[in-house]
Amino acid sequence: MTDKHKTVEESLDQIRTTTFLGLLIPLLPLLGFLVNGFLGKYLPKSVIGWIGSLSVLGSFICTLILFRQAGPTDAIQIDLFSWIALGSIDISFGLTIDALTLIMLMVVTGIGFLIHLYSIGYMHADEGFTRFFVYLNLFIFFMLLLVMGSNLLMMFIGWEGVGLCSYLLIGFWFKNPSYNDAAQKAFVMNRIGDLGFLLGMFFILFHFGTLDFSTIEQMAPSLVADNGLLIAITMLLFIGATGKSAQIPLYTWLPDAMAGPTPVSALIHAATMVTAGIYMIVRTNVLFAMAPFTLAVILWIGVATSVVAAIIGLKQNDIKKVLAYSTVSQLGLMFAALGLGAFSSGIFHLVTHAFFKALLFLGAGSVIHALHGQQDIRWMGGLKKLIPITYITFIIASLAISGFPLLSGFFSKDEILAHAFQQNLPVWIILSLSSLLTAFYMFRLVYLTFFNDFRGTEETRSHIHESPWTMTVPLIILCVLSVLGGLMGLPVVFHANHWLNTWLADVTAPAAAILHQGHHISHTMEVILMSVAGIGAILSILYARHVYLTRRSVPESDEAMSGWGKVIYQKFYVDELYDRWIVAPAFKLAEWLGNVFDKHVVDRVVTLTAGFLDASGRTLRVFQSGNTGSYVFAMVLGIVVLFIIRLLI
Amino acid sequence: MDQLLFLSVSALTVISALVVVLSKNPMYSVLSLIFCFFTIAGHYILLHAQFLAITHIIVYAGAIMVLFLFVVMLLNLNKDSDQPKVGKLRVAATISAGMLFVTLLASLKSTRLGEFTLPAPSDIGLVEHIGIRLFTDYLLPFEISSILFLSAMIGAVVLAKKDKN
Amino acid sequence: MDTLIQAVPLNWYLFLSSFLFCIGVMGVLFRRNAIVILMCIELMLNSVNLLLVAFSSYSGNSDGQIFVFFIMVVAAAEVAVGLALLVSIYRNTGSTDIDFLNKLKW
Repeated sequence: MTDKHKTVEESLDQIRTTTFLGLLIPLLPLLGFLVNGFLGKYLPKSVIGWIGSLSVLGSFICTLILFRQAGPTDAIQIDLFSWIALGSIDISFGLTIDALTLIMLMVVTGIGFLIHLYSIGYMHADEGFTRFFVYLNLFIFFMLLLVMGSNLLMMFIGWEGVGLCSYLLIGFWFKNPSYNDAAQKAFVMNRIGDLGFLLGMFFILFHFGTLDFSTIEQMAPSLVADNGLLIAITMLLFIGATGKSAQIPLYTWLPDAMAGPTPVSALIHAATMVTAGIYMIVRTNVLFAMAPFTLAVILWIGVATSVVAAIIGLKQNDIKKVLAYSTVSQLGLMFAALGLGAFSSGIFHLVTHAFFKALLFLGAGSVIHALHGQQDIRWMGGLKKLIPITYITFIIASLAISGFPLLSGFFSKDEILAHAFQQNLPVWIILSLSSLLTAFYMFRLVYLTFFNDFRGTEETRSHIHESPWTMTVPLIILCVLSVLGGLMGLPVVFHANHWLNTWLADVTAPAAAILHQGHHISHTMEVILMSVAGIGAILSILYARHVYLTRRSVPESDEAMSGWGKVIYQKFYVDELYDRWIVAPAFKLAEWLGNVFDKHVVDRVVTLTAGFLDASGRTLRVFQSGNTGSYVFAMVLGIVVLFIIRLLI
Repeated sequence: MDQLLFLSVSALTVISALVVVLSKNPMYSVLSLIFCFFTIAGHYILLHAQFLAITHIIVYAGAIMVLFLFVVMLLNLNKDSDQPKVGKLRVAATISAGMLFVTLLASLKSTRLGEFTLPAPSDIGLVEHIGIRLFTDYLLPFEISSILFLSAMIGAVVLAKKDKN
Repeated sequence: MDTLIQAVPLNWYLFLSSFLFCIGVMGVLFRRNAIVILMCIELMLNSVNLLLVAFSSYSGNSDGQIFVFFIMVVAAAEVAVGLALLVSIYRNTGSTDIDFLNKLKW
């Protein structure tokens, strides 16, 4: 009896602790945001940086504690209060922490902390130092809401919040008008996607009567698969995902978003925010699994994005632009995985990509930092000796993203390719091609940046120095993760359990139950595929070495470009097309509305209303004589009229 | 006899009320209004509302009307100073009052109150009964009315006080 | 006498009070002297009082009479404040003619 009592007490205690920790995760960055935001001007820079970083570290520690306690099937549900209760609709302000959320939390808080730490060094000379950390903490808070929300509306708050922070941080150096344009472009493109998300949410609410993930998950399998409504819902949600995760046709904002400080590119536009679309689809995987049509659309959009972005990446000369297109390409790969129904593979690649892409961006930041803002690789070269830590970590990250055997990217990419090979051979061919391109342009970047002789001015060269420890330590940690990240998803061939698949089995179970994937390909085949991919990557790297190291070729200057090279360098003129066919007509319409419609319709209505009121006021004014006697008169007459009305009725 | 009594008292009431309205001198108005209130008190007695009749005389004749008298004399208005409104307005006023009366009567016509008769005299109009009710069922309004008086008193004093400047 | 008075129907009181009320209304419309207007208002109040007492007595319920009591309370307060207002108006304008009070507009 007492024992039983005790255990009940203990489990209650346990629940209280986990709830507390769960709440602490988003609250700590919020607290950091508030402290830095309101008291920032009274605090010294070093304190601000550490407040921002440590608040994220606190969240990370809370996540780790929860992770140690939790099993893959546990889901911590924290319902703070009932937020919107309208008739039968009840949307709670609730947080959920399950296996998928924990993975995302670790990525967001872990990498988030490292990037905060890095920013202390990277931004130390910037006048907007405080503002930067305030935005970053706010971003982390919203990102945590996004991944922790227990219903679509909560997710949407985070979704919009990270969009806002992304806007603020892209336009961080707001004195440069083109940066502001980039921020606006990102914001508007995201809005287009958000509209899809919002509409999808309304459809779900209309159809299911709830936005709660767990309820939707329970209700969905009873629907008829592939009916119009499900396709509409999933397509709309996917439009939301294309906006946030930079897929065709809404991908053009991401390369422009590189206008923001490099840590922002690493955190928001590589590791966390842009993966929100993938997270959202995995979160609602049951709906997507029931709409094979949408899955096919996702697959082909993912494949197309992956290869188009990779081709564009071949010719870019801005170190951050190359990385940005590589991000778009890798995101396309993740979407292709989702389209194949391999949800946990998508998450696997998301995590490893977060490691090595954050590392690449931070490394690029370190290079830019060393060169005092120079971003064009045509003016770099020979940095290998000058900034050795950056060089080593950067090259390992490049190997990882290229799919060099046994590094993290190799396993995650290979898993997606294996799924593709098993289900759809053309997809496999295109994705393999895209990863060969990836390996090539990444090493083009590496060789142009770090090898041969320095191509910049002598003065810049004399100032090149390795970055401070706050910047190199995150590089080293991320480097270790990039190497070892594959361990969480070792394929069965290696006689290991695929830990991540097991861990996420409960989350992806509803989709798995519907999709009935066929038998896995044989182990021999898998090994062959891996070898092909690995050898392909190595060959591609060697070719890049041949072109850029042995032959020492340097990309031609902007004027010298011609033919296809120029088309690719100009990103297939997609931006120009959008400008011509969408933006310009929109401006025309706005101009017409402003000059014609507003002047002749809106203004006239307003003037007429005012004139009518004015005239009636003048008329009524006669009765308002101010004479008390006439008021009494009017009152008596009114009473008489009332009596007469009463008599008549 | 009873009807005669009612009619004669009513006649006095109506006549004195008309004098209030029609006399040019405010002084006469005040005096005839006092008389009118006395006849109304007579009606109260006819209706077995003895307590109210006495209260009525004390409050209206004894307090309110004295106040009126004071003001009339204080402002030196006891002459034919009040110029009635111009002819058109007088006609309009009489007509609208008449219309009000007619419509009132018309709306009262449909009632069947004529069938009611006065019950045998009971003690409901006596001070004992009214007092008990005032201090039981109506205690709160009774007490609140004292606050009303207090505020009216303060208000009157403040308003009537001479401005220093 | 008590037995005799029973012959008065309730209607009569209705007519009497309506008539008194209309006389009061006429006075309010008719006169320009604010003091007389106040008196007419008192007259109207009293016509209502009379009706309340009549109903109360005819129905054998004393609630109406208590209402009348409270109306007297309010009337007394109203007169006190009203006359004070008049005095102060008189001091400012030198008249109690309401036609001078035409400032009730912006």
